[in-house]
Amino acid sequence: MWVFLATEVMFFGGLFTAYILYRNFYLSAFETGSRLLNVKIGAANTAVLLCSSLTMALGVRAAQLGKKKLLITFLVLTLLLGLTFIGVKLGLEWRHDYLEGFAPGVHWTFHGTDSRHLELFFCFYFFLTGIHALHMVIGAGILTVLIIMAGRGRFSPQRYNPVEVSGLYWHFVDIVWIFLYPLLYLIGGRY
Amino acid sequence: MVGHVVHKRLYILVFAALIGLTALTTGVAFIDLGKWNTLAALAIAVCKASLVVLFFMHLRWSSGLMRMVLLAAFVWFAILVALTLSDEFTRQWTPVPSSWQGQVQQQAR
Repeated sequence: MWVFLATEVMFFGGLFTAYILYRNFYLSAFETGSRLLNVKIGAANTAVLLCSSLTMALGVRAAQLGKKKLLITFLVLTLLLGLTFIGVKLGLEWRHDYLEGFAPGVHWTFHGTDSRHLELFFCFYFFLTGIHALHMVIGAGILTVLIIMAGRGRFSPQRYNPVEVSGLYWHFVDIVWIFLYPLLYLIGGRY
Repeated sequence: MVGHVVHKRLYILVFAALIGLTALTTGVAFIDLGKWNTLAALAIAVCKASLVVLFFMHLRWSSGLMRMVLLAAFVWFAILVALTLSDEFTRQWTPVPSSWQGQVQQQAR
């Protein structure tokens, strides 16, 4: 799993590098773009995701100790928090951005000197958050399978590897967001 | 193969630190620090990621092999960023020969 996560670091790393480079090219447009995002929702969603990482870690601990009911409880909590994150991200934020006319190529209403560069910022925004949300959806699928397996009593203190490995993946997706949140929402200068 | 079982309290402490750092990074973004804003945001993000990796992902108690894999990932990422940015930032350092000027202008952004 660690080796897979290393490849994921490269995958997101390429996107981050591209973002840094273009942010450097078109600094003022990218700062405007950051200011157009809702930092309150971003911060709240960060907290939700961190919370889900805590429940996942506690879930792995329950599996290590062989506490089946506790394991299922924590896995369900993690899944619910993950779904909350995806719901807020896609249902609330993306919907809002779309209605405001910030969707490049689909619904773009911004006109101005920086328009093309701002469009580029939103391309990065939708692509980065979209890829991250896709990882979350995959994570939610994995959690569902884990919950079913745990319900059938497939894990024990001797055999809980799937829980631990899925936990690593979940935490990794959390880490990606830990970097996405400041890069997209914060460093535009909100003062 | 029971790995290291961490005390519940440690997880909750780490979680509290993560939430605290999130509040801090959000607050700092509203204060004008010039270039330091970006640096502060990234430094706090690195701290948060380290907390997650060390405690939630158990790297603190993992074998050297796991650490090597993670280190390799970040070394390659550092190479990617460093070489890309060093190319970009140093392009203007040397004067362009006049016979190339036309081509350079065509390619200019």
